[in-house]
Amino acid sequence: MAFLRPARLDEALGALAGGGPGGAPWVLVAGATDHYPARVGRAPVEDVLDLSAIDGLRGVVGVDGGWRIGALTSWTDLVEFDLPPLFDGLRSAALAIGGLQIQARATVVGNVCNASPAADGTPNLLALDAAVELASASGSRRVPVGEFVLGNRRTARADNELVTGLFVPAPLPGTTVRSTFEKLGSRAYLVISIAMVAVVVEIGVDDRIARGRIAVGACSEVAQRLPALEAALAGESAIPATARLVAPEHLTGLHPIDDVRGTAAYRLDAAEELVRRALEKVLA
Amino acid sequence: MTADAPRHAREDPAAAIKFEVNGQAITVRVDPMRRLSDVLRDDLGLTGTKVGCDAGDCGACTVRLGRRQVESCLVPAAQAQGVTIRTVEGLAGPDGTPSDLQTAFLVHGAAQCGICTPGMLMAADALLAADPDADDDAIRDGIGGVLCRCTGYVKIVEAIAATRDARRARRTNGAAPRANGMPAPAAEPAAGATVGSRLAKVDGLPRVLGTARYGADHRPEDVFAVRAVRSPHPRARFEIGDLEPLRLRHPGLVDVITAAEVPGQNRYGIYATGKDQPALADGVVRYRGEAILGLVGDEATIAAITDAELPITWEPLRYLTGIDAALAEDAPRLHDASPGNVLVRGRLASGEVDEALAASAVTAEIDVATTFVEHAYIEPEAGLARRVGDRIEVTVSTQAPYMDRDEVALLLGIPPTDVRIIPTACGGGFGGKLDIGVHALIALAAWRTGRPVRAVWTRPESMAASTKRHPARIHATAGADADGHLTAYRFHGDFDTGAYASWGLTVANRVPIHAMGPYGYDAVLATTRAVYTNSPPAGAFRGFGVPQAAIAHEALMDELADRLGWDPLEFRLANALRAGSTTSSGQRLDASAGLPACLEALLPHWDRLRGDAADHNAAPRCRTRRGVGIGAMWYGIGNTAIANPSTIEIGVAADGRVILFCGAVDIGQGASTVIVQIAADALGVPASAIELVSGDTDRTEDAGKSSASRQTFVSGNAARLAAADLRRQILLLAEVGGEASLGFEAGRITATDASGRTAAIELAELPPVPVRDASAACVIAGRGTFDPQTTPLDADGHGVPYQTYAFGAQIADVEVDPALGTVKVRRIVAAHDVGRAINPTQVEGQIHGGIAQGLGFALMEAYVPGRTENLHDYLIPTVGDMPEIECLLIEDAEPSGPFGAKGVGEPALVPTAPAILGAIYDAVGVRITELPASPDRVRAAILARSGAPAAG
Repeated sequence: MAFLRPARLDEALGALAGGGPGGAPWVLVAGATDHYPARVGRAPVEDVLDLSAIDGLRGVVGVDGGWRIGALTSWTDLVEFDLPPLFDGLRSAALAIGGLQIQARATVVGNVCNASPAADGTPNLLALDAAVELASASGSRRVPVGEFVLGNRRTARADNELVTGLFVPAPLPGTTVRSTFEKLGSRAYLVISIAMVAVVVEIGVDDRIARGRIAVGACSEVAQRLPALEAALAGESAIPATARLVAPEHLTGLHPIDDVRGTAAYRLDAAEELVRRALEKVLA
Repeated sequence: MTADAPRHAREDPAAAIKFEVNGQAITVRVDPMRRLSDVLRDDLGLTGTKVGCDAGDCGACTVRLGRRQVESCLVPAAQAQGVTIRTVEGLAGPDGTPSDLQTAFLVHGAAQCGICTPGMLMAADALLAADPDADDDAIRDGIGGVLCRCTGYVKIVEAIAATRDARRARRTNGAAPRANGMPAPAAEPAAGATVGSRLAKVDGLPRVLGTARYGADHRPEDVFAVRAVRSPHPRARFEIGDLEPLRLRHPGLVDVITAAEVPGQNRYGIYATGKDQPALADGVVRYRGEAILGLVGDEATIAAITDAELPITWEPLRYLTGIDAALAEDAPRLHDASPGNVLVRGRLASGEVDEALAASAVTAEIDVATTFVEHAYIEPEAGLARRVGDRIEVTVSTQAPYMDRDEVALLLGIPPTDVRIIPTACGGGFGGKLDIGVHALIALAAWRTGRPVRAVWTRPESMAASTKRHPARIHATAGADADGHLTAYRFHGDFDTGAYASWGLTVANRVPIHAMGPYGYDAVLATTRAVYTNSPPAGAFRGFGVPQAAIAHEALMDELADRLGWDPLEFRLANALRAGSTTSSGQRLDASAGLPACLEALLPHWDRLRGDAADHNAAPRCRTRRGVGIGAMWYGIGNTAIANPSTIEIGVAADGRVILFCGAVDIGQGASTVIVQIAADALGVPASAIELVSGDTDRTEDAGKSSASRQTFVSGNAARLAAADLRRQILLLAEVGGEASLGFEAGRITATDASGRTAAIELAELPPVPVRDASAACVIAGRGTFDPQTTPLDADGHGVPYQTYAFGAQIADVEVDPALGTVKVRRIVAAHDVGRAINPTQVEGQIHGGIAQGLGFALMEAYVPGRTENLHDYLIPTVGDMPEIECLLIEDAEPSGPFGAKGVGEPALVPTAPAILGAIYDAVGVRITELPASPDRVRAAILARSGAPAAG
């Protein structure tokens, strides 16, 4: 079993290129909040690459064409940074993930990489058209979040890659941006979502919706955008009543399951209501 | 390095990890992926930080890392490099003086069992440092990541708010701190005035300092660990093959214990005639999670052995899930002694039910279904056993030291006198630590190896292996005449008792007596069955089946009232049992039946809250609907119709110390404090004059188990009698009259009578007198035994099952979001007849905690074997789920109670769920009868009522 906690990205990428000394891929750890819960009472044999000391991966910075969320940015970091309303939904998610202790340790990127169907970050990142930035010893690439998360606990990250950050594109020029996040759970804190909805709308100077981006989480193996609804919203007045446009057929792309948190039918029903409420809120 | 090498072998001596803890520079050389919580506890000895789940779900291990609060179970040791850590040990002053925050927790009763207290304190410490003016909502956000199962969070929020206010006052004007809402730490009540005072918990200081030692905090240097290997199948035959290769592969594995190695009787259980549960299964398992063997050795070795390495051959068998499957004609018989898989039947019959129902002006009928509920104490089962010659000492978290003693003796085949149970601080019980847990394997392993052996169950292990609340399936019918007088109640309840008997018999017998609720009916027929299945054993859980039965009787009261056009509260008041009533068991209640007083106290709140709800619902464009419901209850204190004695001793040592030898264990509920208060007033000394020896079976007499809400009434009475006996002897020796005041000094007692004449007793002149504690050099000792006066019940359930009953009623004000099916409980007003509140703070704490558990039972808790064995899939209420709570303490004195007191532990939980469910009905017109009332169920019921296709 090996353990490595490099201070530089190239060291980490070099290690990844060689694979874990034990023959299996390296297990990557940053905030470790998903790592340990999967190992309660177990002492697994694995090679761990701890990314937490890598220089330069923490923070949210403006970059050409948008923003970059570094891979070591925690949810609390995100809350404490001064960010535009584009990020309001993501910040709401930041305050709804676990308790303050988890928020202080867990990273935004880790939430995506863990690829839980109930990841609170993912619908927000989908609604933001965020892309995952991957690096390996042989280069780097950018993959939209919707293509990065493949399924329950499955991503497009290759064993020799690590995620260095998320790129969030700037909104359409000349628009006013509003975003929000609605989370439904069975208790107030520390709750895994039954369903959740992220909305980003860009409103033109004519007070009409230039673009609305809506994603629903915990209602499919991977969070989904609602393209039919987005198409229907384009050009509509930016007033709360527009939320009434939401109809069941806008949610046909969702495929929820029955589990201990709720039935599939309930999830669909609740998701529709949450979408409506989220839209009402951003159009108010 | 081989694939089998334990994790600790990864230690790299070169990789020293340096950080600061509580101002002290630390260097450790450990596995870099070792959890920080383990480093703090095991490597640095800072056991004030508690571990409840190892998964970041409970927050018990919360510490400060820099300015932020983190869960130390989720921090790799390597990431501690260069950081500053503060633990609960860093809060107090260097001389051990508690900080203002710790003092506030103590004074406000914010620590009950105390297992979440260090985490709560650290979360609050981080919060107040970052936001000194945090309002109450911000306080809730600040501690939202720490679970508490005892307090309902009310007094925790109060304590933090009081600290905030006091600090603010100091900042602004340098004024002396003044607590908010509660009295500042009062001077200790004088001799004779302790009962009724808000004395801080006598065992509270170590809990807020983090120095109290719980089951997992005993870890001597030479300790071995034992880990149970558990069945992955609900029902299976199994064979254990050759273990030699395993031993060779793991030289650190010193012993493997199977059923064949049990020297005594490999069967345990609550009732002497019904012991059916093996400590280690012998060839057949009956539930997933049942232990089949124990691995003994050093901790690293034991942790590294995987189940896949074990030579076990499984033959899965058809298993029974749920009551129907178990009662089916072709169901396999799970226990030879129980044909049809029925463990036991219970019955109460009085009057002609069918005739009375037929003649009733109105009747109402209901089916209720409830699920397994997990105790979810934040301290998983843990303990340490040691062989001392031919005796065994078990230091363990428990509710029932004497029952443990007898079980361990049977298991080892030794006399009970050769077993010593030393209870640790107990991090929550609620009935779940009445059955033996870790005891069996640690005792067996220590007995065989001669080394101290400890075990700490993981959270999933605790949830899979321990007992649960019985799922109930109830059908009930109630009737009333046109004048609103209750006529008849017919009830049948089937209770899923799981794989083994545990407390199934208690549930089956207690429920019929309470099934109809706290009301007078002309005729009652109540029958129960406890049914074996292949689920985890259902055992004791706060209320022994009565909370399940209350769902039915309170729903029916609402419905009868509705049909008769009565107000639900008035209808209950008109039919409430009261002094002079005769119960359906034929017992006349002569006194202390204060339900009418509880209901009358609630009436103004009821009217106001109903009015507020109506106003809210009438408002235009209102998305939510509010409603108000009521639940009432009664509950017999102590065992049902069988002996239930407690014996307590109190002695004066030659040096003048007064020592109370009390076998009743405090599981957070405040028993030790209440019993000390009772003894203090009965003896005539301040509470601080009494030194407490608690629970140790070598040092205390048997005061029974901490269950059935009995410790205040039964052990409190024993303490009162013991202290009165001691006082009588002292007065006799001093030759003074009964009103004399006593003073205890070094080596002497003084007694001053009403005329001012003082007599002194020189203790050195007295010969030693024996007490059970052989190490105690007592020269005067009092002894008290109390056993409630009950009679056996006849075949129809008639007799005197309990000497006294607690009564209570609660109203719940809820807000339902009909489009989502979510329910927010806004407010609960709770009125409980406790006879006498020996300590109002402790009583309120029990009520708050009972309400929290009742709210969880009503709205969110559902244990699914194999699926919800963690604290993120199994949900218990967080601070944000708690309503505002108002407690109305009704003191209808019980003549046989100590200073009039009864009990409140279980009663507090019983009416909560019925009140919430009634409030949901009031808000949106749907009666939820399958618990929990989760959002999907509430939404589906609303859709079904409106005729829309059901969403689920």
